[in-house]
Parts: sequence; C-alpha cells; structure tokens
Amino acid sequence: MSPAPLALIGFAAAAWLAIGAAGLIRPRSLRAVRTLFSLGSVLGVAIAVVACVALAGSPESAVLPLGLPDLPFHLRVDALSAFFLLLLGSATAAISLFSAGYFRSGSGTAPGLICFQYHAFVAAMVLVLIADDAYVFMVAWETMALASYFLVTTDHRIPEIRRAGFLYLLIAHVGAIAILLCFGVLQGGHGDYTFAAMRSITLPGWWGSAAFFLALTGFGAKAGVLPLHVWLPEAHPAAPSPVSALMSGVMLKTAIYGLLRVTFDLLGAQLWWWGAIALALGLVSALFGVIFAAAQTDMKRLLAYSSIENIGILVAAMGLVILFKTNAKPLLAAIALAALLYHALNHAMFKSLLFLATGSVLHATKERSLGKLGGLIHRMPWVAWLALAGTLASAGLPPLNGFVSEWLLLQAFLFTPTLPQSFINMLVPLAAAALVLAVALAGYVMVKFYGVIFLGRPREPSLAYAQDAGGFERAGLVALAAACVLLGIFPATVLAAIDHVTSLLVGSQASGGDTSWLLLAPLGAERSSYSPLIVLGAIVGAVLITIQLVHRMWHGRVRRAPAWDCGFPLQTPRMQDTAEGFGQPIRQVFEPFFRIERHLPSPFDAKPRYSVVASDHWWHWLYLPIARAAEAVARLFGLIQRGRISVYLTYSFVTLLALLLFVL
Amino acid sequence: MTITGLFSQLLQVVVALALAPLLIGWVNQCRAWLSNRRAPPITLPYRTIRKLFTKDAVVADNASPIFRITPYVVFGAMCCAAAIVPSLATTLPFASAADAIALVGLFALARVFIALAAMDIGTSFGSLGARREMFIGFLAEPALLMVLFTASLISGSTSLATIVDTLAHRELGIYPSLAFAGVAFTMVSLAENARIPIDNPATHLELTMIHEAMVLEYSARHLALLEWASWLKLFNYSCIGLALFVPFGIASGTGWTELLAAAPALIGKLAIGGALLALIETLSAKLRVFRAPEFLGTAFMLAVLAMLVNLLLGS
Repeated sequence: MSPAPLALIGFAAAAWLAIGAAGLIRPRSLRAVRTLFSLGSVLGVAIAVVACVALAGSPESAVLPLGLPDLPFHLRVDALSAFFLLLLGSATAAISLFSAGYFRSGSGTAPGLICFQYHAFVAAMVLVLIADDAYVFMVAWETMALASYFLVTTDHRIPEIRRAGFLYLLIAHVGAIAILLCFGVLQGGHGDYTFAAMRSITLPGWWGSAAFFLALTGFGAKAGVLPLHVWLPEAHPAAPSPVSALMSGVMLKTAIYGLLRVTFDLLGAQLWWWGAIALALGLVSALFGVIFAAAQTDMKRLLAYSSIENIGILVAAMGLVILFKTNAKPLLAAIALAALLYHALNHAMFKSLLFLATGSVLHATKERSLGKLGGLIHRMPWVAWLALAGTLASAGLPPLNGFVSEWLLLQAFLFTPTLPQSFINMLVPLAAAALVLAVALAGYVMVKFYGVIFLGRPREPSLAYAQDAGGFERAGLVALAAACVLLGIFPATVLAAIDHVTSLLVGSQASGGDTSWLLLAPLGAERSSYSPLIVLGAIVGAVLITIQLVHRMWHGRVRRAPAWDCGFPLQTPRMQDTAEGFGQPIRQVFEPFFRIERHLPSPFDAKPRYSVVASDHWWHWLYLPIARAAEAVARLFGLIQRGRISVYLTYSFVTLLALLLFVL
Repeated sequence: MTITGLFSQLLQVVVALALAPLLIGWVNQCRAWLSNRRAPPITLPYRTIRKLFTKDAVVADNASPIFRITPYVVFGAMCCAAAIVPSLATTLPFASAADAIALVGLFALARVFIALAAMDIGTSFGSLGARREMFIGFLAEPALLMVLFTASLISGSTSLATIVDTLAHRELGIYPSLAFAGVAFTMVSLAENARIPIDNPATHLELTMIHEAMVLEYSARHLALLEWASWLKLFNYSCIGLALFVPFGIASGTGWTELLAAAPALIGKLAIGGALLALIETLSAKLRVFRAPEFLGTAFMLAVLAMLVNLLLGS
C-alpha cells in the first residue's frame, strides 16, 4: 500500500520547516542558502505531485496529538485542499528555484534568516490548507501572517518599508479577528471547533449571514478586496520580489481557499443574495484595481493593483457560484466554480512570473520606477521574452492561460438570465459589462508594463550595464512561463482535475458537454466551444506560411538605419512616453476614481516643476477618519492618565470601593 | 473534419485575403466620388502591396525581434479571424475552434502586438500611437463583446455559426435589441478600423493619427503585411456586421455549389456596406482624441442597452 497523501504532505511541510531551520546554522553563507532553496523547490514539486494524487482520492483525515492537552490538531485533505496544495506546490517550486539565485547579502536581513522565514511561511500555508479545526487554522493563519510580515520588512532599515509592514500587519489582524469571530459563529454554541462539527450544524438564517460576512471581511482583508486592499500596493513594493510573488501568487489564494471552505463546505451557501453582494463587491474591486494599475509608475505597485483586479474577478466568480448553487443550477455553478479555480491557478502562475521578472530587473538596474527603465529587451533578453508570456497571459489573450478562465467565466455570465430573481437578471448585463471592461483595461495595463520596461530606448544611461538574470532565476522564470503556456493550451486536462473539486462543492462537473482533450465545450459544441491548441496551431501555421511565402516570392532583405520618426532630427529617449504619460488617458477618463493633487508651475518660478500625485480615495474616506477617531479616543484616555503614582493609587482605591459597594 | 470542409475553409480565407484590398479600394473610390474628386483605380491597393513587397525593408537600428515578428503575428491573427467569421459559409471546420469571445481575443492579440511593436523603437510618435490605440481599444473591445453577447443571448450560443443560423432563420421583422446593437456595432467598427470620426486613414498629421503613428517605422514587406492585415480587419468587421444584421445568403453547407452561390451575395452586400461606410466618413468630421471616450462610451452603453432590452422584451 502506498503511503497516504496526507502523511506525505505533513512530512513535506515539516521538511520545509527543517530546511528553514538549517538556514539559521550559517546565515551569511550564500552557498548554503542556495542549496537549501533548491531543496525547497524539489519539495514543492513533490507536494504538487502528491496533491495531484490526493485530488482524485477520497478525503482523508488525521488527528495529531500536538497543541494544547484537550485540543489535538485535526488535519484533513479533500479535493478542495488538494487543488490549492497543487497550486501552492507548483508555484512555490518555481519561486524557490528563482530565490536560490536571487537572495544576496545586503544591508537587510541575513539570507539564512530569510530562508527560515520563507520556509516557515510556506509551511504555514500548507497547514492552513490542511487544517480541519478552527484552532489549527488560526495558528497556521497567524504564523503565515507573521512570517510574511518579517519577509516584507526584509529591508527594515528603510522607514517606508517598516511603515508598509506595519500596515500589512494591522490589516492582517483586523482580518484575523473577523475570521476568529466567524468561527465563533460557525460553531453554533456547541463549543466544538472542528470543521466536521461545523459542517453538521445548520445555522439559522441571520447567523449564517453573519458568518458569511465575517468570512468575507476576514478573508477579504487578506485577499485585498475593496476597501481592505490598501496594504497590497504598500507591501508588495516593499517586499523582495520572490516574496511578492509568493504573497501575490499563493498567499492571496489561501484567502480565496478560506472563503470557499467557509462558504460552500462549512456553511453550505444558503442564501442567494450573498452571491449578489459578493458579485458586486468583486466587480467593484476588479474595476478599481485595474484603473489604479493603469495610473501607477512603480512597476511593483502596478502589479499589486493588478492583483487586486484579479482577486476581484475571483470574488465575483464566487458570487456567481453562490447565485447558481442557491438556485439549483449545478452545471452552471460548476462552470463558474471551475472558472474561479482555473483563474486562481492562472493568476498564481502569471503574476508570480511577472513579479519575479521585476525582481530580475530590480537586481540588474536597482530601479523600480518605470520612468527610469526602458529598452531592457536588448540587455536582458531571457527575462524580457519570458515576461512576455506572463504579460500576454495577464492581458487575457488567446491562446495563453488567462484567456481560458475568462472565457469560462464569460460563459457562466452569459447563461445567467435563467435565474428566477428578475432583479439579478437585470443586473447581470451590467456585471458582464463591468467584467469585460476590467479585462480590456488589463490589456492596457499590461502593454504599459511591458512596453515601458522592456521596449523602447533606455531612459537612463546606467541601463546599458544591466545584466541578464542568472541560471537559477532563468530556470524559475522558464518553469512559470511554460506553465502559462501549458495551462493555456490544455484546458480540458486542467478541467478534469478541477472536476473533483466542483463535484465536491456544487455536485456537478464542468468538463461535461462535448469537451475533449482538443476542444473546450462545457455546455455542448452547439452553444460554445474553444480550442486553444487549434488556435495556436493556426496562428503559428499562418505566421510560418506567410514568412516562407513572402521570402520565396520576393526576398528577405533587411537594411538597418536610424529610426525615422517622421523625419524629426533630434530624438532623445526622454521623448518616449513615460509611465505617467501612458496612463494619462485613463487618469483623465476615470478622474473621479482618483484623488488627484496637481502642482502646476507659475510663470514666475525660477525652477518650474510640474507634479501630479494620484492617490486612493479610500485613505481619505475610511482609513484617515478611523485613525483620527482612534487618536481622539486615545486623547480622552490620556486625560485620566496623569503619570503620577498618587493619581493611579486613587483610581485603584475608588475601583475597590465601587466593587465593595457592588458586592455588598 | 472532411477534406471538402478543409478546402472550403481554405477557400474562405483565400477569398477574404483576395477581397480585402478590393473592399478598401472600393471604399476609397466611393469617398473620392462623394467629395467630387477623381477616384483612384479600385485595384490600387493590390499595386501598393506588390510595390511594397519588392522593396528592401528598412528596420531601425535599435529594433528588437518583437518589431520584426509583429507584422507576421498580426497578419496571422487576422487570417485566423477570417477563418472564424462566417463570410461565405457557417459550418466550416474551424468555426468550432473559436467562438465569438475567442474572435474578440484574436483581435485583442493583434492589437497588443502592434502596440508593443510601436513602443519598441522608442520614438515619440510610436508610443503616442500605442497609447492611443490601447485607449481606443479598451473601450471598443467591451462594446464589441456586448454586441456579440446580445446576439448570443438571442441564439443561446456564443458560436458564431449557431448565431448566424439562428438569426437567418428567424421571422423577418424589426428587433429593438438588434437595432441598438447594430448602431453600437457600427460605431465600434469605425473606431476599431481607424476610420473617421476616430482616426483618419488618409492623414499623417502628428496630432491626430493613431494607426498611422504606430506603423510609421515600418517599411516594405512589413508595412505591406500590416496594411493588408488592417484591410483584412475591415473585411472581417464588415463580415461580422453582415452576418449579424443581414444574415441572408450565407451558405449553411460546405459544398462547392453552395459556396459559389454565397459569393455573389457576399460581394453585393460588401459593395453596399462599403458605400455606406464611405458615406458615413464623408458626412462626419474627425473628433478630437479626447472626445473618443464619449463616442465609444455611447457605443458601449448602446450595446449594454441592447442586452437589457433583449432581456426585458425578449426580442
């Protein structure tokens, strides 16, 4: 008999911890760290393989005699956990491989310590995915938050980075409190915090809704759903790139996992209007994220806002699943859920790829600002060409992976008008419109990202000395780019794996209809079909035939000459579009979304300067008022805190007297 | 997939490739007549392509491979699109490989590549054109999708073949949702094909050009392919419009006789459509770039309205 998947996964998590601990032995030795990260990468592959086995197997649980005396660890792996373990394993394998070449000794945390934090972070995420009671879940969740906090503040000598880390920790804890309360509601007064017990109770209406919204708040804070998204654009630029990749690619997905676990497994998705609210919230997040991404000038902030967009799409898809499930349309629910899981997997691959590419660019140029990059395709061809795969995938273009999940989601949207709630039916066209607008804008954002960094002419002279990524970094990027392509052209295989999850959560399969390995047609070929392999073959075939024909019938002569540019004689790299310039039309069209502070030079300025700062309304609408209120309350408390011992003694005395009076 | 099916498929692509320059020549001829000028010969586009192919390609010193591969990718994507769009027949083998959403995806792929190539040289005009093209695209693409969704809701399918079959075999009458969608589609097509009022195909005036700004650095065979691809795009859009709103005369089989019978109908419809396009272009003035969002926003809203009307009235 082969060993059980759950045990193997547990061992792998423990092995990750051990690898991390081994990093502490010689924290400044780069060779040791390089070996350890490579080992961690192998473990990632192992987890992915085991998860594939577990995906098809039946649920399996175990009780470990760890923790407090009366609270043993309950662990369980079912299809849902296995799918996210697959995502975690495969993304982590590539990111670890990249990290092996990435971390070098600098002014911040020692590489060995980073290695420990990194592996503790990954092991905690595994534990989150296999937890089967609220206690283990919260322990793992908090370990994950703390480990990632330390990773974000790797360069802790820089004040902005400490500030970003604090903001992240703060919102992570607000979220954790909401999740804790959610589990408190879910146990329904029985005091049994295992998931099995929660599953068996049906909560009365309002308590169920309370649990759902607490979960949406708590997991939404981790995932970056509006309005709890503010930490993402701060923490991602602060963190080292592999950490950003891990957080954006994998950690945000654990939040989605938690949301799915609570909503569908523990609560059983009871009321249709939960879905309507999740749908609206998700679409607002998606639009907001992508509009802000278009206006960014820091490459990692741009990607962070793009993550908000993708998380928004995932939450909207979840809303759609709830709508379908509560209205007893299992097939459509399965398609929407498959779109959600597929998109989560795709986003893990292409966003990790893009974040890692920014890491290589950062190493080569020491620049994060888009305004100081450009033309890197000549200096860093490996990174540039591999990033192109991620860019096209992220822009949702066929035949890459981003398009498949969007295609599935649009299919689910299109066949919504069969719902009994006429109100929802009316709103669905608007929701579909918002979704396609977000997807189209993502194309804009990605052209900006890629064009400004890799194309054009270098905007700074120092870029001429940029070096391409090293062997480990290349290997990590190649793995992720290959995943983007393969996930794009073999959707039926991926859907077959996802089917195990959809039959568990909504009781139907998404790869029905006329789907074969070549053709994706979940609702039958009459209704809709898409075959990425044929499309890819047709495009490649057409390109090759055209090249051959043109060269055979005429010639293939090429002459090199200076750029023409309509005959203008003086051209400097400064005359290209900057990141601000490229995003300017979006800023103008969507002006109400931004809070814009403009500084215009006056005619009398000796040194005229023009600056525009586009910031987030939510800071001013939500966060600053809360901060001010907290300060005002603190000041009130300050009135009774005089700092003199006699005053405090008086307080104690009065309290005692009051208590005595109360007792007597 | 039968051999005849494959041949019909190839035939449709070849017909599209051959007719696309003729369509643009016809539109230019009509435009010249409408503005009281002497018209260029209708075969001028063919001669332009042949001339360009014989020349030596001049490529900027700092061009990357993206710049050189883009004309082929754009041309290839447009050929694929020509295979999907039901211009001659609906039941072609390639139709099941890509539906309406994938078709919009193919157009987006071509757009992204051409914008990247425009940014590649690093000239001021190139990036300006790329920015404007993506700006137009992000509004036009959703509007086009919404138009196609309206048609999909009527036919319960996103496969173009099924859509056209359903629309062609309905009772003749005025459908309000299709009327809205038709207006929206016309507006989107004007914007996507760089026609007046969004862009002027006949200008090289720095402040107004969009498509021309992106292809400024191209020459010879690269330029020929890009121009041919843009004509093919106009042809594809026209065929989508004809298939959705005038879906008559399209063959539903793949036999040679059926295809031969469908060809005159297609050419006749294209001739009328091209003349109408020239009329619209002659009657309207070019908008400032920043008025484009209003124009396309209107198209988008009309398309959403079409979908809503379809849901509310069921027609």
